[in-house]
This record gives sequence, structure tokens and C-alpha cells, in this order.
Amino acid sequence: MIDVVLLGILVLIAVAAIRLRDLFAVVMLFGIYSLMTAVLFMDLDAVDVAFTEAAVGAGVTTVLMLSALRLTGRMERPSAHSALLPLVVVGVTGAALVYGTLDAPLVGDPTAPAQHHIAPRYLAQGPIEVALPNVVTAVLASYRGYDTLGETVVIFTAGIAVILLLGLHDDARQPATDSPELGRLVLRVVVKTLLPLILLYALYVQFHGDFGAGGGFQAGVIFATGFILYDLVFGDAIARRVMPPRWLPRLAALGVLLYAGVGVLGMLGGGAFLDYSVLSADPHHGQHLGVMLVELGVGLTVFSIVLAIFYALTECRRTA
Amino acid sequence: MSTLPGLYNYWVVVFLMMAGFYVVISHGNLIKKLVGLGLFQTSVFILYISIGKVAGGTAPIAKAGVTLYSNPLPHVLILTAIVVGVATTAVGLALVLRIREAYGSIEEDDINRQDLADDQGAPRAPEPAQAADRKQAE
Repeated sequence: MIDVVLLGILVLIAVAAIRLRDLFAVVMLFGIYSLMTAVLFMDLDAVDVAFTEAAVGAGVTTVLMLSALRLTGRMERPSAHSALLPLVVVGVTGAALVYGTLDAPLVGDPTAPAQHHIAPRYLAQGPIEVALPNVVTAVLASYRGYDTLGETVVIFTAGIAVILLLGLHDDARQPATDSPELGRLVLRVVVKTLLPLILLYALYVQFHGDFGAGGGFQAGVIFATGFILYDLVFGDAIARRVMPPRWLPRLAALGVLLYAGVGVLGMLGGGAFLDYSVLSADPHHGQHLGVMLVELGVGLTVFSIVLAIFYALTECRRTA
Repeated sequence: MSTLPGLYNYWVVVFLMMAGFYVVISHGNLIKKLVGLGLFQTSVFILYISIGKVAGGTAPIAKAGVTLYSNPLPHVLILTAIVVGVATTAVGLALVLRIREAYGSIEEDDINRQDLADDQGAPRAPEPAQAADRKQAE
């Protein structure tokens, strides 16, 4: 029942986001929308996904969009064009899609084809072959390791593209202006208290992801969020001294190399690329080692790319 | 949870998807377009996770005494897609910032007008000051 309400809220937020011209409000609404989506994922049993959506959608995306908004201005100009044609296009497409759902299996139907393709094998063999309780991690890092390597490379490439477009410099070209929050004692004390906990939690998510919800993707984002929070409250200059921008592209590349390197190590051990069973005498131990290293690579890349993107956007703001 | 409301999830997904699509094709502001793309993207996430739900199932983390789990495969696909999504959104934002430097606006109408003026050989609108500053700094 709760997901009916949640989906209703999502519809309301989407309609409000379309109608508002104040982009600040739109971005904040979009953050709430992401948080609601995360709650919905929780209700649909996708705990790992809910985790990721909460950290990424409600956290990082909102901060990045607000950073961009500071440069581009807050208000959207009313459109000079008629809304009729877009409405017709959207209406026809939507009607066709709804027609397409009419003979789809109902949500939650255990006999739906999607539940009988390869998922039963993952669920039955995952905890035995990979020896990890979290089947999502087992599929992500071991069964579909190629896929995840590809995704990590995509994130790396996207980060490099942002750095190429906006530039990432170690020294601020203008003296960093102190952020107005600098004087706010409460914020500083709270962030200083929270920061170790956030970083510790990120490490827990990183290394406990094999057993519970979590993994490299979530941990990388949460770790980056800690630094972003520090940057927002204590100012760019201090944050950049803690984590210099020039390290970030190298760390990101190191993460991808670590992932691919584990794959090559499997080949040297006589197995296939990304076959972790040969990494140790005991295949279970090998799988566990491989998954841990691969997740570490993912975490490194995600962390450094998210932080590099944030630095690049704020730098742009400062030089403008 | 055995009374999940059938196709309701899919219809909401279609609505959200079309809401995002509408923003992308009808609004001229580039940041708003990116929010529209985000709406569209999230609707696809909800579609996949809805497909993976098994009534009466639980989260796919093996636990003694539990026999029915939801489908882990859509979770894996969407988990990585979310993080890839934020990276590609950031590329979009970076492009918007560069467009603003070059054209002085992020409204599609202004950009089109300047491009048309360029094509017809009319003198180009002067570059905004910050773009010139940036070039000097480089």
C-alpha cells in the first residue's frame, strides 16, 4: 500500500517541477523526488539500489546542480513557443506505452518471465559459488564483472570529460573567498563531529558490502559526500589542502587499473579474465579476495571522479 | 504484500517518463532540460525495480530460513546506472556552463538566434566578460 502513496507523491513532485520557473525550487524538489524514489526502492526490496539513490540522487546530484545554478541564474524564462505540439507528442507516446503495459505481467507476479531467466541460478548458486550472502554484490562483482568494469570505465571517462571541459587546477587562480558559512559556529562544530562518522560509515559500506547492503559504488559516493560537506562549510582552500585536485584523476585511474589488474591476475593464474577462483588455493577464498579488490577499485574511481566533478564545478564558479 | 496493485507501477512510470520527455522537448532552459532528463532516467529505474519485485519476497541477501527473494539482476543493473547517471549529468552541466560562457545565455532561443545570426554573417553578439577573462587567465 505504501508504494501507491509514494508513487502518488512522485507524480505530484514531477508536476510541480514542470510548472515552477524558479530553478532553485526545481532542483530542491528533484532532490526530494530522489529521496522518495529511494524509499520506494526500499519497499520493493532493492536495498542496495535505495542506498545508492539516496546518496547519489538526493545528495550529490543536488549539490552539483546547485553549483551550476549559482553560475547560470535562478529563473527560467517563460517559453515563447506553444505547448500544444509537445503535449500531443507526449500524449501519443504515453498512450502507446500504456497500451504496451496492458498485457505485461503484474508487478510482483512470481511466474513472470523476468523471474525465471537467470535470476534463480544467481539466487541458488550465488551464495555457494561466490560464497557471499549479498547476491547483488556477487552478481555485480563476479558474475557480471565485465559489465561492472565497463560501467567503471564509463564513470572514469565522464569524469575526464568534465575535467577537460571545465579544467581542474591545483591552485586557485583567484584567492579563495571565504565561504559565508565560515563564521557559523554551529555548522562548523556539527560538520566536524559528523565528518569522521561519515568517513567511517563509508569504509564500513565499502568492506561490508559483501555481507550486507553496500559496495564500492555507494561507499565511493558517501566518502566523496564527506569531503563535499567539508568543502561547503570550511571553504574551498582548506578542502583542497586536505585532498589536492591533482591526486584525483590519478586515483580514479588507479581504481580502474586495480579492477582490470585483478582480471589480468586471474588470467595469469590460468583462469579467464576476471575469474577470481584461481586467485587463491581455495576458490571461495579467491572469489572473496577478487570481489573485495574489485569493489575497492570501483570505490576509488567513484570517489575521486565525484569529488573531481565537484571541484571542477566550484572552481568554475569561483573564476566566473 | 500480496495485494500489489497490478499495473499501477507501470502507469506511474509511463507518466513520469512522459513528464521528463515533455520538459526536454518543451522547455528552453538547459538546466531545466537536464532535470527533465533526470526525471526520465529515474522513471526507468523504477520500471526495472518494479519488474524485479516478487510478491512476498525479501531483499536478495541470503539469510537462513528465507526461501523467497526478489530478483537481484535488475538491482545490479540499476545500481550501476544510478552512479553512471550522476557522472553523465555532470558532463551535461559542464557543457551547459561552457555554452553559457560562449553564448552568454542558457536559453535555447537565444542560442539559436545567435547561431542563425552567425550563419547569415551578421556581427556576433559580444562575448560576455567572464569568457574573455578566462581566456586571459589561460
